Amino acid sequence: MNAHSGEIIAAPPLLMPARERPPLGPGKPSRHGTLLGPGLLLLYWAVLSATGWLDPRTLPAPWTAITAGAELVREGRLQANLAVSAARAASGLLAGGLAAVLLAFLSGLSLLGGYVIDGIVQLKRGIPILAIIPFMVLWLGIGEPMKIAVIAVAAFFPIYIQTHSALRAIDLRYVELAETLGLSRWQFLRRIVIPGTLPGFLLGLRFGATAAWLALVVVEQLNATSGIGYMVTLARNYAQTDVMLVGLVVYALLGFGTDSAVRWAERRLLTWRRTLGR
Amino acid sequence: MSAPAVRIRDLRRTFTLKGVLNGVDLDIAQGEFVALLGRSGSGKSTLLRALAGIDHEAEGTGEIALPPRIAVIFQDARLLPWMRVLDNVTLGLPAAAHARALRALEEVGLAGRERSWPHELSGGEQQRVALARALVREPDLLLADEPFGALDALTRIQMHDLVRRLSERHRPAILLVTHDIDEAIALADRIVMLDDGRIASDLRVEGAQQGLRNSLLARLGVG
Repeated sequence: MNAHSGEIIAAPPLLMPARERPPLGPGKPSRHGTLLGPGLLLLYWAVLSATGWLDPRTLPAPWTAITAGAELVREGRLQANLAVSAARAASGLLAGGLAAVLLAFLSGLSLLGGYVIDGIVQLKRGIPILAIIPFMVLWLGIGEPMKIAVIAVAAFFPIYIQTHSALRAIDLRYVELAETLGLSRWQFLRRIVIPGTLPGFLLGLRFGATAAWLALVVVEQLNATSGIGYMVTLARNYAQTDVMLVGLVVYALLGFGTDSAVRWAERRLLTWRRTLGR
Repeated sequence: MSAPAVRIRDLRRTFTLKGVLNGVDLDIAQGEFVALLGRSGSGKSTLLRALAGIDHEAEGTGEIALPPRIAVIFQDARLLPWMRVLDNVTLGLPAAAHARALRALEEVGLAGRERSWPHELSGGEQQRVALARALVREPDLLLADEPFGALDALTRIQMHDLVRRLSERHRPAILLVTHDIDEAIALADRIVMLDDGRIASDLRVEGAQQGLRNSLLARLGVG
């Protein structure tokens, strides 16, 4: 070796490329990322319609929906029916949601409440919403109260179930903490139970909102003289596929919009959470 | 001598998950730092939970006299994840405690972290928040259930220093449950050893610590 010459032979640096290991989490979310899926679907539909693969009698092209929609807006029918439908869904969701939260807290926080309420709810849960409509008609008639009641019942269950199970899942260690800190019952409720239940409630609200729209479609096509469902039913009788399509698109937008609104609320209210999704 | 801060007579607990108590007598003087040593299942957690008033599942008899203000530190920091650090410290206290809470956070070396979320803190920092939450209540008695058990060795030593300084400044009576003999010797004025639900020995910590250490190890059956 060259040791005698006093030369220092530097070992060649081991140039290992830093291994780019893809992270297991999904990464940083984009702001409008959720629009990608619906966008792709729209593109697919447009291509099928433009190339003639999709018969307009089966499903009209997307632009037909837009022109038909514009026409309906000009006539004033779309806004009027939309307002009626939205008011129905909102009142049903509000009534069902309030009842769900109230009963979930009653049955989650008291033993007796749990025995009475939860048992009944679990029993009723097995009955599909469509099956109770005949009874609702019998009890409430075919007017507005029946429609709102059906929507409320549909929205009730997911909200109740998620809120109740989140309440039951509150860590016993936090209850011990509350006891050692001498929290009052109200402070315990406000500082520990409500914030601990909020993620479950919001999840339930997402499901509940979807259920409310679903029930809305059913009751409006059943018997109504106004609303989007009525507009669609009427169009079906005259084979106006374009108007039917507008109704479908409106339902989709409403559902998507509601879901986005609840998710926005989740992000605002649950900033303390650190999860895979965000 | 003034009345003891804590007075326990013939305390018995049966049907517990964590070990029974077979008649415990213990006095803790005001400002005294007592370490409670014992093997797992010896009843040390049962005793602490009885004093903290969170042993609803246990049945038993006995007499416990405690000072009015008690604070508890658990093995986990037990911070509420949905509350910022400052709100965790003042939890359950009136708004007037705000300034005191800031001071307590400063004392545990977390000044400027009031607005952090618990998940943004390290394990040692979280446990320091729990310490501040106890301090701000100005307790006459501080109960600590293996509060450093989940921390790494270096953080534990820092916490020991901090606890020693704070106990000297605030002088609450302290009952520290631990299974770490060195921790007991480093911190306590007095070491009480529990075995099979009874007090097996009650020793004062003074000068000759190596002898004490060996004798404690022997009693734990490790020496």
